Amino acid sequence: MSGGYIIEANGLRKTFGSVTALESVDLQVERGTVLGLLGPNGAGKTTMVRILSTLLKADGGRAAIAGYDLDTQPRQVRKVIGLTGQETSVDPLLTGRENLVMMGRLFHLGAAVAERRAAELLERFGLVEAADRQVGTYSGGMRRRLDLAVSLVSSPQILFLDEPTTGLDPTSRMALWEMIEDLVSAGTTILLTTQYLEEADRLAGRIAVLNGGRIVADGTPYELKRQVGEERAELTVRADDLTRTMATVGGESIDERTVSVAVNGPDDVRGLLNRLADAGVEVVRFALHQPTLDDVFRTLTSKTTEGAK
Amino acid sequence: MTQATAVKEPSPLAVVVGDCVELSRRSLRHVTRNVDEIIQAFVVPVVLLLMFRFLFGGAINTGGPSYVDYVIAGVIVLSVTFNSPATAVAVANDLQNGIVERFKSMPMFGGAVLVGHVVAAVLRSLIAVVLVIGLGLVVGFRPTAGPVEWLAVLAVLLLFIVAVAWVATLLGLVSGGVEAAGGYATILVFVPYASSALVPPETMPTALRLFVEYQPFTPVIDTTRALLLGHPAGASVWLALAWWVPILVLTMAYAVRRFDRRTNA
Repeated sequence: MSGGYIIEANGLRKTFGSVTALESVDLQVERGTVLGLLGPNGAGKTTMVRILSTLLKADGGRAAIAGYDLDTQPRQVRKVIGLTGQETSVDPLLTGRENLVMMGRLFHLGAAVAERRAAELLERFGLVEAADRQVGTYSGGMRRRLDLAVSLVSSPQILFLDEPTTGLDPTSRMALWEMIEDLVSAGTTILLTTQYLEEADRLAGRIAVLNGGRIVADGTPYELKRQVGEERAELTVRADDLTRTMATVGGESIDERTVSVAVNGPDDVRGLLNRLADAGVEVVRFALHQPTLDDVFRTLTSKTTEGAK
Repeated sequence: MTQATAVKEPSPLAVVVGDCVELSRRSLRHVTRNVDEIIQAFVVPVVLLLMFRFLFGGAINTGGPSYVDYVIAGVIVLSVTFNSPATAVAVANDLQNGIVERFKSMPMFGGAVLVGHVVAAVLRSLIAVVLVIGLGLVVGFRPTAGPVEWLAVLAVLLLFIVAVAWVATLLGLVSGGVEAAGGYATILVFVPYASSALVPPETMPTALRLFVEYQPFTPVIDTTRALLLGHPAGASVWLALAWWVPILVLTMAYAVRRFDRRTNA
């Protein structure tokens, strides 16, 4: 085994009939981190998750989860992963507790442990009061929470979350984010697909952008933002310092008191401010503007879509 | 996180059996919580029996036994097939709502989902059959079967019930949706009407009679009727076995294979 990555995929390929879902995907995830897999609809995110969670066989390429080969050791893989798919996959006719206990037994935890684990998870996900009601009566947010709880029954090392907050109201979404953050701080590795860039920005330490069946960008949110657009500093000075400011640092004026300058990291910002201080310019207000992940997403996915044609 | 959740390694057979038991428990819970299913499984056969006994029965001449003695075997078989839509729908529902995906991502025996549905279907059918026979006795059914005949009836019906459950399960698997599953399974409900279930085939036009005499439900009905009334069942027993043993084996094998294949598609 190489590198010590907990998820490692090389050249994964999958076609459905004449449609190529994945052309050749390489992916590495380090233990205990969160990887956000972004991409437009139909980019292959769900296909990727289904392959890595043993639901789908790839046409080509190799992948290993926690050192177990997906093709030859699917059973071992299934023991260490948890999956929360796009659709809630709990039984609406059973109660929350019955769902959890059933899943625990199906993970062969033994009856007593399954019961205890169910009680623990109900508590942790705020479902104690609803525990003995049929899931069909739950709200969308409660179902999602139960769904996440069910994927944690076996205390998996790796959790796949396929658009976990799609269709949730903002409060439920925030609550779910906090629960996911708790999991990460407890050491769980997470592969998250999402349409919400805000979600990726908040939860993921690293982001991979999938488009046209390939990973077109991979890095920390910061790196990706830097890749598509420069960071700009906005310096507000006294009106009579404007010309001197622009002579010292370049950039362009936004209004009669503000100059916008491209900067490249903290060192650059320090240099900029030092030069202005040396020139005797007083900076009244200072702000940094980063491109958002939305900019990243738009730039990357439109580029490759055009390239593919 | 805690050593309490560490997984002991059970033997492969224990896994298969344990998972089937667990998912049968799940499907049986469904039976008690699904009002539609209860009505379809238990109320409809009862209504049907009363209808044929009191509403139509007076006008039908069987040329032999009393009509209630004649029709009871037919209603028994209908009460089994009435369960098919519920089974097919339950299977299609599981596929549609994503719970099957979850099961397949777990280190369990995937086929246990199907076994669970079949077990529930068989149990519903058995209850319905007992209800129909019990009610039949109340409204005038007078069986003359001895213990051996009763056991034979039970054996034939059990084969038939299990086979129909697998056929319904397969329909749920191949239907591609809940509505379609219900629709396909309704065929299973109606084919037995064109059999010897309700009226003697001799009264039918030739084309229909040929279909009725050679379709798979008729020998089950004829066998059940003959055994319950103490008549020789004759060739119908062998015909029933010749139809339903292969149907059971083939649908079960195909359903399990088909279910696995979804994993790779």
